[in-house]
Amino acid sequence: MEYPSLNILIGGEAGQGLQTMGEAFTRALVRSGYRVHVMQTYESRVRGGHNVFAIRFGPEGVLAPRETVDLLLALNQETLYIHEKELAKDAPAIADEEWRSPTGMNLVRVPYKKLAQDGFINTVAMAIGGAMLGLPLDTLAGALESVMGAGKAQKAEAGRRALERAYEWVKENGQRIEPPPKKEGLPRRIVLNGHEAVALGAISAGVRFCAFYPMSPSTSVAMTLIQWAKEMGIIVEQAEDEIAAINMAIGASYAGLPSIVPTSGGGFALMVEAVSLAAVSETPVVILIGQRPGPATGLATRTEQADLEFVLHAGHGEFPRAIYAPGSIEECFHLTRRAFEVAEASQGPVFILTDHFLADSYRDVIPFSVEGLSQVNPGEDPFSVESPYLRYKITESGVSPRLLPGASKELVVADSHEHTERGHITEDLELRPKMVEKRLRKMGIIKDRVVPPEYEGPEDPDVLLVGWGSTKGAIMEASRLLGAKGIKASSLHFSQVWPLCEEQFLNKLQGAKRAVCVEGNATGQLARLIRRETGFSFDERVSRYDGLPITPEYILRRL
Amino acid sequence: MATIEQYGDYKTSWCPGCGNFPILRAVKEALVGLDLEPHQVLFVSGIGQAAKAPHYLNANVFNGLHGRSLPVATGAKLANPNLVVIVESGDGCMYGEGGNHFLAAIRRNVDLTVLVHNNQVYGLTKGQASPTSDRGFVTKAQPDGVYSLPFNPLAVAVALQAGFVARAFAGMVEHLVEMIQAGIKHKGFSLIDILQPCVSFNHVNTYEWYRQRCKPLPDDYDPTDWQRAMASSLKWGDEIPIGIIYKNNRPSFEENFPMLKEGSLIGREVNRATLRTILEHYS
Repeated sequence: MEYPSLNILIGGEAGQGLQTMGEAFTRALVRSGYRVHVMQTYESRVRGGHNVFAIRFGPEGVLAPRETVDLLLALNQETLYIHEKELAKDAPAIADEEWRSPTGMNLVRVPYKKLAQDGFINTVAMAIGGAMLGLPLDTLAGALESVMGAGKAQKAEAGRRALERAYEWVKENGQRIEPPPKKEGLPRRIVLNGHEAVALGAISAGVRFCAFYPMSPSTSVAMTLIQWAKEMGIIVEQAEDEIAAINMAIGASYAGLPSIVPTSGGGFALMVEAVSLAAVSETPVVILIGQRPGPATGLATRTEQADLEFVLHAGHGEFPRAIYAPGSIEECFHLTRRAFEVAEASQGPVFILTDHFLADSYRDVIPFSVEGLSQVNPGEDPFSVESPYLRYKITESGVSPRLLPGASKELVVADSHEHTERGHITEDLELRPKMVEKRLRKMGIIKDRVVPPEYEGPEDPDVLLVGWGSTKGAIMEASRLLGAKGIKASSLHFSQVWPLCEEQFLNKLQGAKRAVCVEGNATGQLARLIRRETGFSFDERVSRYDGLPITPEYILRRL
Repeated sequence: MATIEQYGDYKTSWCPGCGNFPILRAVKEALVGLDLEPHQVLFVSGIGQAAKAPHYLNANVFNGLHGRSLPVATGAKLANPNLVVIVESGDGCMYGEGGNHFLAAIRRNVDLTVLVHNNQVYGLTKGQASPTSDRGFVTKAQPDGVYSLPFNPLAVAVALQAGFVARAFAGMVEHLVEMIQAGIKHKGFSLIDILQPCVSFNHVNTYEWYRQRCKPLPDDYDPTDWQRAMASSLKWGDEIPIGIIYKNNRPSFEENFPMLKEGSLIGREVNRATLRTILEHYS
């Protein structure tokens, strides 16, 4: 490995508190001065099945999940058999003393039930791991409390006692694991997953309305907004279906509230007609699509990047749009902000593409400085427009002055039909092309704000790994690993996948001996889009569509 | 003072004799009677001949997609509770394509006034059966007559304890004006199902047919009596009751949101100090 890190895998079944424990452990590591990266995988069920919460941590920013496991925390016997092959040589596996286990494993056999008593075995397993790594007990206890939240004092108390017994047990019986080195002087950090960062970015940008229909993995965006809705003044409504959700958001936005709609592929399929409505009525709306494997219901709790072409083409008729694909927690926050700005500036639909992996991936970030951040302010001063007001006034930029209904005596008329400048239904076929062109001219506003792809590594590399969205860390780490082997390798990551501005990246692609497009889909959607837009054909593609996230090792195996 | 002239007088794309004309007139008169000016009112409509109505008067308008007027209106009302929000669409748009939204909007009880031009037939698409067409109604698309039972919007609304449920008839304009005004004044979801002849495609349910059957509810009728309202909502045939079938005083949906206590959220500054504290929850 190019940078030092240790990979802990917690495995168990749904309902065992894996998530709480994993989150607490993650926070404890960050509070102890480490950088972290979490990968979760789980089955679509409330109880049972096999779930994983993997935490990779070290002194430097951790970019991607790693397949080799350095410490296994098993909450059930099955975990030992499932992850046996991923364990590094002699890596310890923490398990209950009574479980069967594969031969040749370095087992730390723990009397889970005896140590848990009135607490939970997940707390015990976490504490054993923490103690073996030398994490202070108070740090772990504090992190657990912060995750469980206030008002659960009794549980916390039982948890605390279980932690103490586990630490005592490790002192008497325990192995120690050499923790990775720490880096001094790291700024204080918080821990967010992708969708928490999206929601907080939206709040900072001034989101005031969210409507959603629950669907994995997008629900967490709405849940985070609901959590802070009262403090921040946000209306969040669980709609009767996705069609209602997006139409509500369009209604709220028309009336003056910055609005977001989180969904996933199947839910978005229901929203598509309204995407077209946002476009023709020129109403800003931000649509987040947390991708998961399709077609149809697909694999509900797994990850994929197969909805790029769908989102790019969703909606009948021709109109401009922007599609962001954040690859890090910071990008989730800042690109969501940008999505709101561009939706407002271009008066239309703007998309954010995440996926299951990124949605659930906790990482440490420096708390965003919120002071200097701008917010969107829909609507213009009614006194600044000519009377009678023309909602769809034909302008050079294509953007017409937007007034809010009820804010003045001027009437705001929005229409899904082709319409006059006033907003009324028309079949004036001479006006029609002018309106089409006016709407399309707004692409200029979007193009002016395109986020250039991020290039890392030497110029004119032998291997260039290209990706978009959540695979950012994996392609960066894979190219660094190639570099460590003496191969001249670089990476190019698109955090905005539409529109593409070839002047921002084409020379990089052409300069590489071997350009490889890495995508979490079967058909190479970004590769095809780049070819369509620029004529550039990739030499090679790395695809993954088994429902698991792309790892650096996966890329290297397939090159 | 609001005047009828403020609401304008526009050319329409409706057939001569269409039931939409008297409804349009009644809507304008109702608004003027309540002294509401055009800029205070937002019309939200879907698609269909009825849904074009807001284009033929002066007001704020959001003319959206077929069947989706209610969610748009819900979003707009939550965004700006000061707007008088009127939803105007036909039976196909509201009860067919928009059926799920109809149920959910009644359950929410958002302060909307919903005017359904119910002519029991699809006009814009040229004469197919609608959700409220009577069984056996013959069209080119249903040559053997409609097989399904008609949707009874009033019974459904009363069953769901909608805030305000009324029926009116386009041929009795004065009564219709009264119903629209009562609906607007009611705080919560108000449904006014307006029976309306379609002179081009419905040759059964004509002006004459309705005129013979529509009878105002008796003076001693108590619309807060849910069981009686349920019974009245089911009456259809030789006698069709018109008037306020049912009403109650459920709190309107907007009242549930503490963040709306100080008025609309439009134009509020993001509270950065609070946001900073929120970020600390993730440490």
